[in-house]
Amino acid sequence: MSQQLLYAIEVSLNGLMAGVLYALVALGFVLIYKASGVFNYAQGVMALFAALTLVGFQNGQIPFAHLINEIFGTQVHHFGWHLPAFLSVLLALAMMVLLAVIVEKLVLKHLINQEPVILFMATIGLAYFLEGFGDLMWGSAIKKIEIGLPYGPSDSIDQFTYDLFGYGFFIDRLDIVAALVAALLVCFLTVFSQYSKIGRALRAVADDHQAALSVGISLRFIWVVVWSVAGFVALVAGVMWGAKSGVQFSLSLIALKALPVLMLGGFTSIPGAIVGGLIIGVGEKLFDFLLGPLVGGATENWFAYVLALVFLVFRPQGLFGERIIERV
Amino acid sequence: MFYREAGDFRTSYTDDSQTFPITFDRYCYFAILAVAFLVIPFLINDYWANAVLVPLLVWSMAAIGLNILTGYCGQVSLGTGGFMAVGAYACYKLMTAFPDLSIVFCVLFGGVVTALVGVLFGLPSLRIKGFYLAVATLAAQFFLVWLFNKVPWFYNYSASGQINAPERTVFGIAVTGPNVEAWAKYLFCLCFVFVFAWGARNLTRGAVGRSWMAIRDMDIAAEIIGVDPLKAKLSAFAVSSFYIGMAGAMFFANYLGAVEVTEAFGINQSFLVLFMIIVGGLGSILGSFAGAAFLVLMPVLLKNLLAGWLGWDTSIATHFEFIIVGGLIVFMLIAEPHGMAQLWRIIKEKLRLWPFPHAN
Repeated sequence: MSQQLLYAIEVSLNGLMAGVLYALVALGFVLIYKASGVFNYAQGVMALFAALTLVGFQNGQIPFAHLINEIFGTQVHHFGWHLPAFLSVLLALAMMVLLAVIVEKLVLKHLINQEPVILFMATIGLAYFLEGFGDLMWGSAIKKIEIGLPYGPSDSIDQFTYDLFGYGFFIDRLDIVAALVAALLVCFLTVFSQYSKIGRALRAVADDHQAALSVGISLRFIWVVVWSVAGFVALVAGVMWGAKSGVQFSLSLIALKALPVLMLGGFTSIPGAIVGGLIIGVGEKLFDFLLGPLVGGATENWFAYVLALVFLVFRPQGLFGERIIERV
Repeated sequence: MFYREAGDFRTSYTDDSQTFPITFDRYCYFAILAVAFLVIPFLINDYWANAVLVPLLVWSMAAIGLNILTGYCGQVSLGTGGFMAVGAYACYKLMTAFPDLSIVFCVLFGGVVTALVGVLFGLPSLRIKGFYLAVATLAAQFFLVWLFNKVPWFYNYSASGQINAPERTVFGIAVTGPNVEAWAKYLFCLCFVFVFAWGARNLTRGAVGRSWMAIRDMDIAAEIIGVDPLKAKLSAFAVSSFYIGMAGAMFFANYLGAVEVTEAFGINQSFLVLFMIIVGGLGSILGSFAGAAFLVLMPVLLKNLLAGWLGWDTSIATHFEFIIVGGLIVFMLIAEPHGMAQLWRIIKEKLRLWPFPHAN
């Protein structure tokens, strides 16, 4: 095989892996959108917040240390302990559940029956709030996640492909782990929504709010559950992205990247989120590889959006979305 | 007590449909204009011009633009930053290509070019609706910023990739460039904002504005009663982008003087303008001013309070700014989805009766 083709295959494989990570974020969007019709822009910031909380707990940081120091003139930073990874994941998860409860109580409850665009803007407000709050709570320095995830290129794939094609593919082991985790997560979510009682209630709510209410399903409880599950997905996404590029502000921008993924896949479909993520991931890497040098590079910044835009013009509901029917 | 209609006799349709039908209101409006045009230019200094008044005017212009599109026509756009960049770069190219041309034309030209680009990116709005469209406009935001970054022709091949506003004059007085006086750039921006806010107000009251609002309220129903969605949506995109483009041109030429595109016209600016119109009030020209004033003044105030008065670290003040802006957006949407403009309307109703709560 020609060298150029092999490069292209390697680039697409890396794109697939990046796409998995986009899909992870998009998954959180889909969950909330299906259950409550809210398009949750704050999903990306939730991922950032979850990762910050995880690192903060693990390293025994004192929350609001900067603020406390500023007000009282003290010099406190750390509790001085170092929690095991498992425990800090659990604690971060508890924090996300708490966040879900608070969001439901303070925001969603008051916005029932508002237009979708109003709810969308409310989640933008929430994103800003959470961003400032996360930074205030844990400090805005770039942090590293150390919960025992593998790093570096995979030697065995390198060796295997070298034997096969005479050219070793460079694939990060972290990406492989991320892909596995994403697959597991999708299986878990599917089983959860198909076979558990809460999952069934969740689907009922997604289908029809009023009908669900009339058979005795508590909407507010379901919303808390959905936001908690989305918080869990955010935690996973935050850990994966955080492990890749450090826990920092730019993490919240992946929400913006997840938007075109969703538009491609359709807002209401979990498989759609995965397929959309893969298409965008491969598409932007390949596009940059093939045409990037001609136009000056860095096409990854806009390719996903333009692709989604062009695609939507032809198919407004996305690949797997439900058909949009409008009535006067 | 105030806002009494007693003694206001409207004997013609013109009287009845004027913007400020109540005499007291009208005089207030004239008084504010008089202060803005005749008093402030004599009192202004560099700090007030650069930190408060000029940004306030520029952002008001952008907010009016976005309000036309989102507030009046119901098309949510997250591409404001990109469109402002188009205005700024178009203005810059014209300024440097024709040094003798009046800066007024350059700013207007920035608006016109942006209007064309806006129509182009508005075309998908005929197929895509709601927040699908909002995400589609992100394509404009990222693509345009990337374009101005990557094509050296736009920034005249300057080594830094920045664009710098050369000195241009109006009636012999510099309004852009390094030697500009505070009052001159303030007055320049004020004239633009005054003329075009007045224009926007009257445009939104007329047939065009009504067709926008019909599309906003329900596009299918509007189509059935004979509003052409193609014309209405694209004209909204064109007019809105025209305003935003001029705002971008003034932002570059008068306010900052030198900009770097990713920093000055990033996605954050898009959100900032969106917040302005949400806080100020969707579908209200007054609300655009109120929202812009709020989001320009609040950070200045907060910085002075936390960093200057309490002596805290500025980064903490920034975090608080995020928290307050975000919290406020959510609060506004819950408490008063129609923004500060609606609050003002309620206050006016109350003032009409005050101090006799049981009159009527």
